[in-house]
Amino acid sequence: MLKIIHMNVNGKEVELAVDIRESLADTLRDRLGLTSVKKGCGVGECGACTVLVDGTSVDSCIYLTVWAEGKRVLTVEGLRSGDGGLTPIQQAFIDEAAVQCGFCTPGLIMTAVELSGTGKTYTRDELRRLISGHLCRCTGYENILNAFEKIFGKNPKT
Amino acid sequence: MEIGKNRRRVDAWAKVTGTAKYTADLYPANCLTAKVIRSTIANGRVVSMDVREALKVPGVVKIVTCFDVPDIQFPTPGHPWSVEKSHQDIADRKLLNERVRVYGDDIGAVIAEDELAAEKAARLVRVTYETYEPLLSVEAAMAPEASRIHEEKPGNIVASSGFKIGEGDFDRLKEDGGLIYVSGTYTTQSVQHCHLEVPVSFAYMEAGRIVVVTSTQIPHIVRRVISQALGMDMGKIRVIKPYVGGGFGNKQDVLYEPLNAFLATLVGGRPVKIELSREETLGCTRVRHAITFKLEGLADKEGNLIARRFTGYSNQGGYASHAHAIMANAANIFKQLYQDKGVLESKSYTVYTNIPTGGAMRGYGIPQGDFGTEAFIEDMAWAVGMDPLEFRLKNCMKAGYKDPHLGIACYSYGLKDCMEKGRAYIHWDEKREAYAHQTGPVRRGVGMAIFCYKTGVHPISLETASCRMILNQDGSMQLQMGAAEIGQGADTVFTQMAAESTGISAEKIHIQTFQDTDVSPFDTGAYASRQTYVSGKAIRKTGLLFKSKILAYASEKLHIPGDGMDIRDDAVVDKESGDILLTLGALAEEAFYSLDHSVHITAEATSHCKDNTFATGACFVELEVDIPVGKIKIRDIINVHDSGRLINPKLAEAQVHGGMSMGLGYALGEKLIIDDQGRPRNADLLDYKMPTAMDTPDLHAAFVEIADETGPYGNKALGEPPAIPVAPAVRNALLHATGIHFNALPLDPQTLVERFMKEGLIETEGTAYV
Ligand code: FES
Ligand code: FES
Repeated sequence: MLKIIHMNVNGKEVELAVDIRESLADTLRDRLGLTSVKKGCGVGECGACTVLVDGTSVDSCIYLTVWAEGKRVLTVEGLRSGDGGLTPIQQAFIDEAAVQCGFCTPGLIMTAVELSGTGKTYTRDELRRLISGHLCRCTGYENILNAFEKIFGKNPKT
Repeated sequence: MEIGKNRRRVDAWAKVTGTAKYTADLYPANCLTAKVIRSTIANGRVVSMDVREALKVPGVVKIVTCFDVPDIQFPTPGHPWSVEKSHQDIADRKLLNERVRVYGDDIGAVIAEDELAAEKAARLVRVTYETYEPLLSVEAAMAPEASRIHEEKPGNIVASSGFKIGEGDFDRLKEDGGLIYVSGTYTTQSVQHCHLEVPVSFAYMEAGRIVVVTSTQIPHIVRRVISQALGMDMGKIRVIKPYVGGGFGNKQDVLYEPLNAFLATLVGGRPVKIELSREETLGCTRVRHAITFKLEGLADKEGNLIARRFTGYSNQGGYASHAHAIMANAANIFKQLYQDKGVLESKSYTVYTNIPTGGAMRGYGIPQGDFGTEAFIEDMAWAVGMDPLEFRLKNCMKAGYKDPHLGIACYSYGLKDCMEKGRAYIHWDEKREAYAHQTGPVRRGVGMAIFCYKTGVHPISLETASCRMILNQDGSMQLQMGAAEIGQGADTVFTQMAAESTGISAEKIHIQTFQDTDVSPFDTGAYASRQTYVSGKAIRKTGLLFKSKILAYASEKLHIPGDGMDIRDDAVVDKESGDILLTLGALAEEAFYSLDHSVHITAEATSHCKDNTFATGACFVELEVDIPVGKIKIRDIINVHDSGRLINPKLAEAQVHGGMSMGLGYALGEKLIIDDQGRPRNADLLDYKMPTAMDTPDLHAAFVEIADETGPYGNKALGEPPAIPVAPAVRNALLHATGIHFNALPLDPQTLVERFMKEGLIETEGTAYV
């Protein structure tokens, strides 16, 4: 069954007829071409598909698109400024060599964007907990934590 | 100087902005979906498949069964093809298999308009089987009454090998007495790669040719295997590799590309995709082999290693894949890492069973072999009563070591320096002493392990790599490699190498990250730890050629002999004074558009590499174990690597972190659990315990940087080594903490608690803490 839904995706109002069984990840990827949203499991285990819904991070693979009615959805594509510049966390990922295969990267960046909304700082152990919903097989999390600490750390490494 | 510079990754921007395109990001709009129909038994034969109900599902386009595929068996491992028949890979599977050898075997496929229809139909196919007893262990498969998993291999032995080094006889030395005898059985478990991007491909036809876009480490090999599996000319097959979300060896196997290509031919060449689920990835692709080592050794009272005997049994699972190459590699580290004064006897077997198929996984048999070797050496030091680090220093591979069979040598040697560096970092001597006599429920220990690792695959297999450099109109360069970026950072170090060898700045070198067999020069791909070494040599060779061609053109234009000039910072300069004679931009414009002499300057070269060298290193761990709950906490961990000169230290460090984390998963919790019917029980990322950020301590990486004369830029292996020594180091630290020899991986809480209870370390009725 199809249902018409309205949401704001990356600052733009969209109106779509979606299958009521469809996940937000599929809608974003397949209908809106927002392929930064990665799927590593499809069942809420890996965090690769993380996007923000009204500022809160969700695993979009287990979030039905119909639930997003009237909400604001943000993906990594929505972070792009007019001049192509990067957000501080994106730059920190590059500078700290926190990117390897890059498949977990967009999801982690969205969690970082969520944290930046809190205006708080965190210890390394708090950050470990906050990113523990994201699996990464390449980095051992070391440089990812360094990137997070650089932006949100209580005592960032210099 | 580009070598040794912490250049940022060339693909980082694309990855942090989400613009990097992986295979699933490129599906054509009209793409059909295929789902593999999987067997629900592990050993047997498909008698019939009734697809009538399944075909009624709306959206189903076609259903193919194991009775509909070409009668061609093909090999899948990512090895270079061997022109000698006896060295060719084992061709033991068809596109779909009537003879079922693993649970979830590929017995059919549904092609449908969408995923839901395909899945629904796959479930509605009625299959009848002739069922045999699943053979899950090496013992069961080698028993006389066992069924024959592959007709061609009676006794289910895929292959065996053996050798002897030195004079004499192990049993004789043992009987002679006077020596300390140690024996043990050490076992490793099946684990899975867990790259974040699942195996995924799509295929379509274009003007009579098949195009396959796939997440692979080995695009040129995929092309060859598709041609073998379909009986189709290689020239008619085009394979494209986009960005890859990790592979770790699983994508060094040709998984579903041949089936995908075949399915596209059945629907008039329309695009068809196969995207595995995570559950299929864990349960139905490849795993790291579970290997059992039966080890014996003799040492004298001074701690000299006199003799050892090695017997290894590798559980291959249902299909050969990389087969005995992995077991043989595991036997090799036992031989190479230590030398016996007397004799070493070695025998190895790789055996078909009905568990998930073993293949390549980061370290190619060496993580298993190093666990066996380093746990055993620790036990020998223990029996002799010697500090295990001293025992290692005394008996380990020395500078100048050369493998007596393969001829691979240590052309640079930093093993002992790695040990000393790790010793100082972890405060080995103080802590060995401090933790020697502990009691109580929470105890600490320090442990270590060393390893050696050959960089490429010469002389076991061919090592060849090609590179192409193309001048652009503005004096910048297009760099085309057959070697594959799969996440490890290859494109960045290739760019640095190309800059180093041509004088063109890295910013002006544009590497093509998508391999396309129609365009990319030949290279066998991302495996072993070969690319910076073997493909690096191709860059160096091509760079020199490219430079000489540019200088020849400059010479023609400037009337200065080519050997008086050089290229630095994107300009042709006077070799002596360094004065700029002509910018490359100006030279390129002239070369492209000159009315006198127009030429597109390009260079291409193949490096057939006949070198190989050992990288080495060590891991040191300090841990704390909470005995009543069986929980290990890593207090500190460092890997020290002897990997030659580092091309990009920051990326090298990142590579080490990833390997260490994988090693910790191997040590502490990862295990693919197989039930008595051969079914994987934890084939998902919730139940299969790969480390999260909360499970991972801070990871320390250090290097002993000694240039290797055989490496193109003084470099040698680094990709796989970091994953190797971690598990035995953890095991040895646990021995130090508790005095208990754990000889099987993983060291999970259940295992620990059961053993601690048995040993009386946990208070039960009638026992108390010791
Ligand atoms: S794809 Fe959504 S959590 Fe893994
Ligand atoms: S960078 Fe590969 S999974 Fe995180």
